Amino acid sequence: MTGPHNGIVMSARNVVKTYGGTRALKGVDFDIRRGSVTSLFGENGAGKSTLMKILAGVESPTSGEILLDGETVDFSSTVDAREHGISIIHQELSLAPNLSVRDNIFMGREITTPTGVDFGEEARQTAQLMKEMEEEIDPLTLVAALRLGQQQIVEIARALSVDSRILIMDEPTSALSASEVTVLFKRIADLKSRGVAIVYISHHLEEALQVADHAVVLRDGSVTAVAEVRDVDLGWIVRNMVGANFSLGEPPSEEGFGEVALSIEGVSVADAANPTRLVVDNLSLDVKAGEIVCIYGLMGAGRTELLEAVAGRVPITAGRVLLKGADVSHLSIAKRLAKGLGLVPEDRQRDGLVQTMPVGRNLSLASISGLVRGVFLSGALERTLVNESIGTVGVKTTGAEAPIGSLSGGNQQKVVLGKILATRPEVFLLDEPTRGIDVGAKAEVFRLLAAGAAKGLAVLYSTSEVGESLSIAHRIVVMRRGHITAEFGPDATKEEIMAASGEAVAV
Amino acid sequence: MSRNGPPTVSSATNDVERVKPASRFAVGRLLLEGRAFMALLVVIIVFSILSKNYLTVNNMLTMSSHVAVYALLAMGQLLVILNGGIDLSVGSTLGLSGMVAGFLMQGVRLDAFGVVMYPAVWVVVIASCLVGALVGLVNGVLISRFKVAAFVATLGMLYVVRGFALLMTNGLTYNDLGGRSDLGNTGFDWLGFNRIADVPIGVLVMILVALALSFLLSRAVFGRWLYASGGNERAAELSGVPVKRVKIWVYVASGVCSAIAGLILSSELTSASPTAGTSYELTAIAAVVVGGAALTGGRGNIRGTLLGAFVIGFLSDGLVIIGVSVYWQTVFTGAVIVFAVLLNAIQYRGRRRRNQPGGQPPATTPADHLTEPASEPSGH
Repeated sequence: MTGPHNGIVMSARNVVKTYGGTRALKGVDFDIRRGSVTSLFGENGAGKSTLMKILAGVESPTSGEILLDGETVDFSSTVDAREHGISIIHQELSLAPNLSVRDNIFMGREITTPTGVDFGEEARQTAQLMKEMEEEIDPLTLVAALRLGQQQIVEIARALSVDSRILIMDEPTSALSASEVTVLFKRIADLKSRGVAIVYISHHLEEALQVADHAVVLRDGSVTAVAEVRDVDLGWIVRNMVGANFSLGEPPSEEGFGEVALSIEGVSVADAANPTRLVVDNLSLDVKAGEIVCIYGLMGAGRTELLEAVAGRVPITAGRVLLKGADVSHLSIAKRLAKGLGLVPEDRQRDGLVQTMPVGRNLSLASISGLVRGVFLSGALERTLVNESIGTVGVKTTGAEAPIGSLSGGNQQKVVLGKILATRPEVFLLDEPTRGIDVGAKAEVFRLLAAGAAKGLAVLYSTSEVGESLSIAHRIVVMRRGHITAEFGPDATKEEIMAASGEAVAV
Repeated sequence: MSRNGPPTVSSATNDVERVKPASRFAVGRLLLEGRAFMALLVVIIVFSILSKNYLTVNNMLTMSSHVAVYALLAMGQLLVILNGGIDLSVGSTLGLSGMVAGFLMQGVRLDAFGVVMYPAVWVVVIASCLVGALVGLVNGVLISRFKVAAFVATLGMLYVVRGFALLMTNGLTYNDLGGRSDLGNTGFDWLGFNRIADVPIGVLVMILVALALSFLLSRAVFGRWLYASGGNERAAELSGVPVKRVKIWVYVASGVCSAIAGLILSSELTSASPTAGTSYELTAIAAVVVGGAALTGGRGNIRGTLLGAFVIGFLSDGLVIIGVSVYWQTVFTGAVIVFAVLLNAIQYRGRRRRNQPGGQPPATTPADHLTEPASEPSGH
């Protein structure tokens, strides 16, 4: 890609990154140019963040090389990368909430004089930075006292205050208001004119197109398209992002629909951080036995909160949840599970697996109470259940005693699925069940869900990948800001679904 | 004792499978896994060489009855530590339990009826255990319902309970817990003095408690719930484990274990001092750690903890027998603890190599970085 618009400052050449058996990046080439914005597009799990982490020195590539000004570099750490003039704005904020804005901005590079830190000078520069960002934030305010959008501004200001040649922005606008985004774009224009090379990643495709000069599309760990932004449109981006419909399965036949198994009636859930805000707002949804319903939505749409509220992990502030007509809103997670309502959580490391237990004990955990004979657990019953589960969900493992950490991501996810399936649920909730697993495992997970539905299981799963909403679901419900904004059948198009989620307004 | 694989054992063997080490590493690994047992052998061998009186049946039994008190505290502590908590109040509970026994043995004056009641010994024993359970219940409720950090809640209870023990007699010791045959309350010293087939009752009690807890941990649903909620409380909760109930029960069990230890100690001494058991909580924690349990929860077993208690007890008694200064005993005990923790760190190393950018699971495994190929949007 060394065309007429040269000025490449940094590039990745044939970069491969594997995690265990999963290949997150499969030989990626990527260029960053001086004084221009390169936007990286791709769905969740396409490998965007992995690539950025490699460029910023957070992770090392398994193979391939990183060139800086034409010379091979091997960053040992982020500090190393920063010394080479590369800084990154992570999508997760990395501020210390207990410190002031000033102290956060100068964290690790305090301005010192022989008598100690020059707080006055730091405060002056911080005030200047805030002025440039058009924010009225006092340098001595504690970061904890700022709203999320302002915290993101501080994070951005900190990255801008370091004179870097290459600035990577990973979802910098997720919490910003429209006017704040405008200010950010002005600053990006300033930086471009000063010759800074910028990488911009955002789920808001239109926003990214507005600011970018070059577009690179990543899918399943490979670059699928590269173009000048002025030559392409939103439709081109979406087509290259989601690719052809590789088959993740078809919706099973609809004849088997039974009674309404799960009924969500006017449920509201308050934001844990800010109880006056509703993350799920008066939402109603029915799922019938044998039906597969997909909730599609962007990050922060309220999908996770809805599913956790239905499962009983977070309290609901209004409405009720009915399981086969019986109100379960006030029952504990354990009681709901016993009545046939189980959740596979989004983050399997944090919420799904007990890392100190082997595969078998993880599989039997949710149904362990049923394996008692007399006072003690029956080893034989447990072995039968575990072996059956391993077979049903197809976990590839050396045995029930293998440590859970020895499995690949996909197999770990199957263990979490198998654990809930072993309780013989009637309603199966899954939050992003395919997050961080490879395509083959995705298809297997969906096959399991389709097989369950064919036997009368009611399935409600969430996803932020439009291709997955169009696989096995009989019905696709689009969620945006706590509401259902649209409902589609399996014949919907990707563009329609994405438009309803607020991702792409018109194509 | 707990043969049916508590996690340390099973995960350890599987570590071997996964890493496929050369055989010389396997020997090192074996020594590492069985370190508490090895340490006990070393202690016994060294002191047997240094003193003729060490390796006699009688001395072993005497030392074991000393160990019994610590071991009971340590087994209760193990339950709490498996849950990912800590119980600093066990030493104070031990003291209070002895004082309650002493108080009841002296007779309870019922002014309304103008009589003095002398409860039978079994009533005294049950009452003391109930007091221990009550202390544990307060700990458990504070920690699980009111979300007070275990360290702080039990530190507070350490003071409160010790204060109550001192208040009962204004700091005086109850002497002569022997009871009187004419009052029908003799037999309290049976716990501390008698032997069955030459084995001190205290040691038998320890063995019984160890067997019961071993079965609880390895064969009962409660044990599985405990290991799961200690390993990852969020995952356990979503799997239908009543994590709050489990948490309360482990503190209650720890309180009861402390009370039993208090009964045995005051029976051995036939007196109850309000300061008995001061700083024993640290010895108990040390025994659990030497026994290979992880302070982060989810890993450990009764066998290891018993071995840990024996290592510490046999070491300090051995030093007394060969006439080493008490101050050196302190140094040696401390060194053993540090060494044990060091080995724990080696055994569990790599299980939590690098923090993930998102949430941090309580105990991560080496394969964490194998699992999230693209840790893309997760937060909000």
